[in-house]
Amino acid sequence: MKPASAADLRTAGPTPSIVVSGVTVRYANGVTAVSDASFALGPGTICALVGINGSGKSTIFKTLMGFLKPAKGMVSIAGMEVRDALKRGLVAYVPQAEEVDWSFPVLVDDVVMMGRYGHMNFLRIPAKADRDAVDDALARVNMLEFRRRQIGELSGGQRKRVFLARALAQGGQVILLDEPFTGVDVKTEDAIVGLMRDLRSEGRLMLVSTHNLGSIPDFCDQVVIINQTVMAAGPTETTFTQDNLQKAFGGALRHFRLGGSDLHDDADGRRVTVITDDERPLVLYGERDREKLAGGDKEGIARDNPKSERQT
Amino acid sequence: MIALLLEPFGYQYMVKAIWVSALVGGVCAFLSCYLMLKGWSLMGDALAHAIVPGVALAYLLALPYAVGAFLSGILAALAMALVRVRTRLREDAVIGIVFTTFFAIGLLIVSISPTSVNVQSIVLGNILGISDEDVVQVAIIAAVSLVILVGRWKDMMLVFFDENQARAVGLSPTRMKILFFVLLSACTVAALQTVGACLVIAMVVTPGATAYLLTDRFGRLIVIAVTMGVVTSAVGAYASYFLDGSTGGMIVVLQTVLFLLAFAFAPKHGRLAARRAAGAQVEPAV
Ligand SMILES: Nc1ncnc2c1ncn2[C@@H]1O[C@H](COP(=O)(O)OP(=O)(O)OP(=O)(O)O)[C@@H](O)[C@H]1O
Ligand SMILES: [Mg+2]
Repeated sequence: MKPASAADLRTAGPTPSIVVSGVTVRYANGVTAVSDASFALGPGTICALVGINGSGKSTIFKTLMGFLKPAKGMVSIAGMEVRDALKRGLVAYVPQAEEVDWSFPVLVDDVVMMGRYGHMNFLRIPAKADRDAVDDALARVNMLEFRRRQIGELSGGQRKRVFLARALAQGGQVILLDEPFTGVDVKTEDAIVGLMRDLRSEGRLMLVSTHNLGSIPDFCDQVVIINQTVMAAGPTETTFTQDNLQKAFGGALRHFRLGGSDLHDDADGRRVTVITDDERPLVLYGERDREKLAGGDKEGIARDNPKSERQT
Repeated sequence: MIALLLEPFGYQYMVKAIWVSALVGGVCAFLSCYLMLKGWSLMGDALAHAIVPGVALAYLLALPYAVGAFLSGILAALAMALVRVRTRLREDAVIGIVFTTFFAIGLLIVSISPTSVNVQSIVLGNILGISDEDVVQVAIIAAVSLVILVGRWKDMMLVFFDENQARAVGLSPTRMKILFFVLLSACTVAALQTVGACLVIAMVVTPGATAYLLTDRFGRLIVIAVTMGVVTSAVGAYASYFLDGSTGGMIVVLQTVLFLLAFAFAPKHGRLAARRAAGAQVEPAV
């Protein structure tokens, strides 16, 4: 990103923040997806939003974007109402699944440029800063070579990367990413994480939902764990614990304990605990593993169809 | 020979017919780009029928019939948009329901109190006999619509492509769509008066569909479609001088010819290109 560009100065004003207080969201069919959820985030933060399928993560994002109106409670972004924050181009959003017409006659370039509309004049004529932002965002997600492709002529992961690039090019102070790493290869994921770190050091606020529990301690400084309501929220070190995760995930969490000869050829008494709900497992070394492994339990390495021990 | 070719320009009514057709053709082609992409191509057809109750009522109340047509056109367009948003019905069902309802109401009004408005003239239009007031009216509607479209085409593209992103950059998709439908209704009515329902339908479908075969970029799509709309309309009106009157038919035939050419020869999305690509895949294996 080029933080010094003239177009960006307009959005550099308000300090990014998200406040969700006592929010209850109900869908038209009567399902209460989120009830009485509260959390607050400040500038210079990457916050992970974790929970099982159907726990209300996407619902939180849609509420933050103003697509869903809370039945109770209130949401504010950068100290304003959602609508005002959107008008000022403060918020960029990558939905979990894009609801766009893939046969629409637009190129990758055009789609990323759509992120810049908020920075442009009334007629949406791109300036050099806008073109630079597009180039930069495409380079970040490794999509420069595909920039002249029609948007439907891409693979699923490539499409995802284009929409990530659009959010990056938009450069909002608050960036909402709903499962950005699903279907994206590890190399791209690492590049995106690197970029998010850069954005954090510029003082931006990012909220990221993900099932890659393992990578959360690497790059997220805050965690919000939800299951219909907020189960725990706070700094990663104190919040992202096995106890909290078990509360929120219950039986959906796979839990492996590896020890003895699975890990070492020598007689090392330490154990490794692997917790995963989906993709990258969370690995905890030693101390949390209080229980003894069942006698003679020789669990395989996690990647090779391991026997799993369901926790409730 | 040259004298013969220039002959139509010697007549005021021919000159008028040519430029009015070109203007209407251009603005309808612009609108066709959006309609085609949303699966709303038949909206033009629906609107052309949906104005009947407005025309009949305007006649009853002794108002200018363009006013009635415009109001009932907008009402129909908004009703379609509303039913679409509030239900999960697809576009074709929504358009069908609204347009038949409006048309039925129109027929009912006409049958209860017969009007002297010739429904035939609405269906066929009469560009060669267009009055000067009508020319002014059509020119103003078309010019204002064109200015708005040129100013807002990117915002409308964003709303049609990705409503969520439109909201994220602070646009209101609802307001944008209402603007679009108001323009569509106004242009449909203007075009109806001059070129007839039949032609309006062709004009808000064919240019966009043809251009879509030729490009993958929305900006170029608009340029190609509008150029095609303007040129075919002007040439069609001009040629109708020699063919005695069938302006609408001439324009539609020209547009259809261009569509068929694009369908066969378009560099990327045409039939020949598809066949070539299929062939190229087979050859290396041989
Ligand atoms: N459009 C909708 N109408 C009705 N109910 C919905 C709708 N979308 C989601 N829900 C329900 O709301 C709840 C929360 O869904 P949400 O999409 O927020 O889950 P999520 O945490 O994002 O899950 P995932 O990890 O699968 O993405 C679920 O029980 C879901 O069935
Ligand atoms: Mg989700």
